[in-house]
Amino acid sequence: MSDTTAPRFRAATEEAPATRWTLIVLAFAGLAILVFAPLIAVFVEALADGVAASLKSLASPDARDAIRLTLTIAAISVPLNAAFGIAAAWFITKFDFRGKAFLITLIDLPFSVSPVVAGLCIVLMFGANSAVGGWLVAQGYPIVFAMPGIILATMFVTFPFVARELIPVMIEQGRAEEEAALTLGASGWRTFWTVTLPNIRWALLYGVLLCNARAMGEFGAVAVVSGKIRGETATIPTTIEMLYQEYLSVAAFSLAAVLTLLALLTLLLKTLLELRHADQLAANHRH
Amino acid sequence: MHIEIDEISKDFGTTAALHPVSLAIPSGALVALLGPSGSGKTTLLRILGGLEFPTSGRVLFDGQDATGLTVQERRAGFVFQSYALFRHMTVFENIAYGLNARPRATRPTKPEIARRVTKLLELIQLPDIGARFPSQLSGGQRQRVALARALAIEPRMLLLDEPFGALDAKVRKELRQGLRDIHDTTGLTTVFVTHDQEEAMELADLVVVMSMGRIEQIGKPQDIRARPATAFVRDFITA
Repeated sequence: MSDTTAPRFRAATEEAPATRWTLIVLAFAGLAILVFAPLIAVFVEALADGVAASLKSLASPDARDAIRLTLTIAAISVPLNAAFGIAAAWFITKFDFRGKAFLITLIDLPFSVSPVVAGLCIVLMFGANSAVGGWLVAQGYPIVFAMPGIILATMFVTFPFVARELIPVMIEQGRAEEEAALTLGASGWRTFWTVTLPNIRWALLYGVLLCNARAMGEFGAVAVVSGKIRGETATIPTTIEMLYQEYLSVAAFSLAAVLTLLALLTLLLKTLLELRHADQLAANHRH
Repeated sequence: MHIEIDEISKDFGTTAALHPVSLAIPSGALVALLGPSGSGKTTLLRILGGLEFPTSGRVLFDGQDATGLTVQERRAGFVFQSYALFRHMTVFENIAYGLNARPRATRPTKPEIARRVTKLLELIQLPDIGARFPSQLSGGQRQRVALARALAIEPRMLLLDEPFGALDAKVRKELRQGLRDIHDTTGLTTVFVTHDQEEAMELADLVVVMSMGRIEQIGKPQDIRARPATAFVRDFITA
């Protein structure tokens, strides 16, 4: 709100120019040191021996298996979490019941529990030494040190993303449109597909993007449950760690660069969504 | 359709939104449920539409028990307070929604649906807005589209929740006449909820004054004016 004539007074919330510039410089310095520098370092290290060496390391069987496994895990756990997230958000926002606040808190639990602890819980629950796990192993379906365990761990860690994004949007939209559809003769199922889902589609996409980014990057919980068996249960993040421990720095950082590129792509899509559909997202309501 | 409300009550948790109320609505009447907020008028309307179920009592449509009918089975044309138009659909798609939702056996053909929507758009005197989205309409236009959407399902009755609540005074007067005309053309039993006594008195054949979950008085506008039954009614209609 700057005036065309020289402003003689500062707005109440405005700081002196010196303070302002100090803060701006500090913020940029912080960003540069904490975010940009490490990001650039990843790519510099990855390309230390040239592009060819980097690509060659990515083409190695271990790297390819890791990439394939991570993409598979994301392709399974993200849609499942999207479905669970929609169900949870639907249940919480469209019905009134006791213990609602508690349920909302419970949905947030994976954010506050350390992923390592989450991984250990899964090992305790489904490991070969537990009743359930032992039985499943006997049937030939091991959970821990196998793909199902990795999926469970990933789903646990990424569960809140979709529900958290949808709940505020659905609360704000209320129930009137669904009720209107019902009075017009639509079944509950039809109402969901033709009214509810179209109204939350951008928020859902936003939640799925965040969920996917985290699903592909998850390390702690997956490291515990997967056993990091090369070519079998090693994902991109766990493979990076193993390569790094073995001083294969180009290979480690090349794979890290792949993960970083995926993250940057997510960020780009997320920003695009925020620009075009800000009004339908919970994350940044601009009133 | 003749509507009979027989000793209907509704509790939300421990609070009673409606004490047992009874009311007979003659077929083809235009009825106003009038009262301040919290008087239970919207709850009663939603019970008629099947959006809420009563804690006790019965609803009869043409003498048949309709208490257990689902919202879809009621076939009530419902106009919501803020209209609840489907924001991602055009006006045409909004009005056609109820027809498209019918099971295949009773669903009209595409050209037939288009013909009916066009006719409804003419009825609400907005023939050219079919391709627009709700966000591109004025408040008054939205209200009329909501009315057309409710009429499209060939409802057995018309239920309106504060149909003029969100409009400015001038548009409100015009649309009042619009609702009266549509009621007279279709002959549908129509119930609307309002907190505006002038609106109720001017528009309705029969006014039901409500307060604190009870019916204070039922009567023709002139009778209620001439002989308010309780102190509450007298205060409310002169306010």
